[in-house]
Amino acid sequence: MSTGIWLARHAQNMLGALGALSRNPVGTFLTVAVIGIALALPAALNVLVQTGKSAAGNWSDVRDFSVYMTPATPLVRAESLAGELRKRSGIDSVQLVTADAAVAELGKDPVFANALAALEGNPLPHTLVVRPAPEMDSEQLGKLSTELQKTPDVDLVKLDLQWAQRLNAGLDFLARLGWIAAVLLGAAVLVIVGNTIRLDIQTRTEEIEVAKLLGATDTFVRRPFLYLGLWYGLFGSLVAVLILAISLWVLGAPVARLAGLYGSSLELAGVGLGTLGAVLGGGLLAGWSGAWLAVSRHLSGLRPKD
Amino acid sequence: MIRFENVTKRYDGAREALSNVSIEVAAGELAFLTGRSGAGKSTVLKLVALIERPTRGQVIVDGRPLGKLGYHEIPAHRQQIGMVFQDNRLLNDRSAYENVALPLIISGIGEREIGRRTRAALDQVGLLDREKYPPRALSAGEQQRLAIARAIVSRPKVLIADEPTGNLDPDLSLEIMTLFRRLNEVGVTMLIASHDLQLVQKFGSRRIVLSGGQVSSSDTVDRAAGVGT
Repeated sequence: MSTGIWLARHAQNMLGALGALSRNPVGTFLTVAVIGIALALPAALNVLVQTGKSAAGNWSDVRDFSVYMTPATPLVRAESLAGELRKRSGIDSVQLVTADAAVAELGKDPVFANALAALEGNPLPHTLVVRPAPEMDSEQLGKLSTELQKTPDVDLVKLDLQWAQRLNAGLDFLARLGWIAAVLLGAAVLVIVGNTIRLDIQTRTEEIEVAKLLGATDTFVRRPFLYLGLWYGLFGSLVAVLILAISLWVLGAPVARLAGLYGSSLELAGVGLGTLGAVLGGGLLAGWSGAWLAVSRHLSGLRPKD
Repeated sequence: MIRFENVTKRYDGAREALSNVSIEVAAGELAFLTGRSGAGKSTVLKLVALIERPTRGQVIVDGRPLGKLGYHEIPAHRQQIGMVFQDNRLLNDRSAYENVALPLIISGIGEREIGRRTRAALDQVGLLDREKYPPRALSAGEQQRLAIARAIVSRPKVLIADEPTGNLDPDLSLEIMTLFRRLNEVGVTMLIASHDLQLVQKFGSRRIVLSGGQVSSSDTVDRAAGVGT
């Protein structure tokens, strides 16, 4: 078969499948709507996780930890350690609070001012305030903390891991929930498309059998149904994206207002390219696979019997 | 062209549909398979078209042992064979033209060639003026002629037909058989299953008589090929 004829056959099958969908608008709409809802749920969880990560960024100060140098450590050594830490991956920023700056800050409080005046020297050490990168999970934070604790001239590392652990655990849970939902609902889409195609095959059994008797290959028989599956997947994905976009638009203002009451500028994450690609790719793959399975199951019954 | 070597076919849990059958149809020959219902006529044709595989023995078509053909080679084999079924198996949601064009579409032939060959086949069976009609709008005889047009459109070397006149009255049956004879005269090898002995006798072609899954007789020298047993 020449390339031109091959392309023409594919175009005919593709448009033919689209025509078949348009001839049954109500059935097509219902199937596409169910696929759309099934795909929208894991996508919504993904948006929630993205929003959570963004929130973790907004509240990054709760993950900051302090590295207290041993008293009498020279300022040069503290500056050198700050420089080393800034170069490390997983660390967003390092702020050096010198002993003089710390005592000056403390001295602004009248309660501490008198106590400090009674002391002969400055008892406070140089301190490094380390802000980890948002992608650092609690385990990585724990390791970094332990490592810094062993660094020469470091007296104490103070990390409020509980906050970070709670936040990261929550995000991990949501992310995994999203994956489980994606797998289960992806399988549901596969079943929905497979069953819809199976019904379509039943109405075209005679045509398939005749084509096979006349020498049609499995590929020839399968092709129009695969395009049907792809169309279902594509339209279902677009419906999912639409559902997601409308939901985010409806929820956007109340979430911003709620966050504002807690002094945060948190906003819901949008339907990014990643989510869009995952929904479209997932929908097309599930549609194609569902159709492939349905047709293959039917074709296996048409094999010559020994 | 078609050779059965000690072929036995047994269906699951049933008696043998064919039992140690050996037959041969030479290139260009027109042979009739006759016998009562259940004699094994359809099974012979199914084995030729690889709709079934033999339990034992070997079927050879155009020099090729079918037992060696894998599943993915079956389509190419069937594209070489024209098939006419008793119930004609035409697609009623398509026009006469589309029905006849189907084997060519399956073979991956270009649109222009499809148009040319399809109209030639329709013309050959006298249905060119009916090309836009769906099969259900045609008479029984026209439907069977349409099925024959579909079987010959790919210019097969071998044509098999299972009771092609089974549902037709005597006049139409004669018309269809005459059409087969005409096609045979241009070199197509034919194996036609028919229980209508009177009709078969009118053509003087070789008869292979099956009874209880065995060849009970094979007679009369074929006029076209001069082959007989």
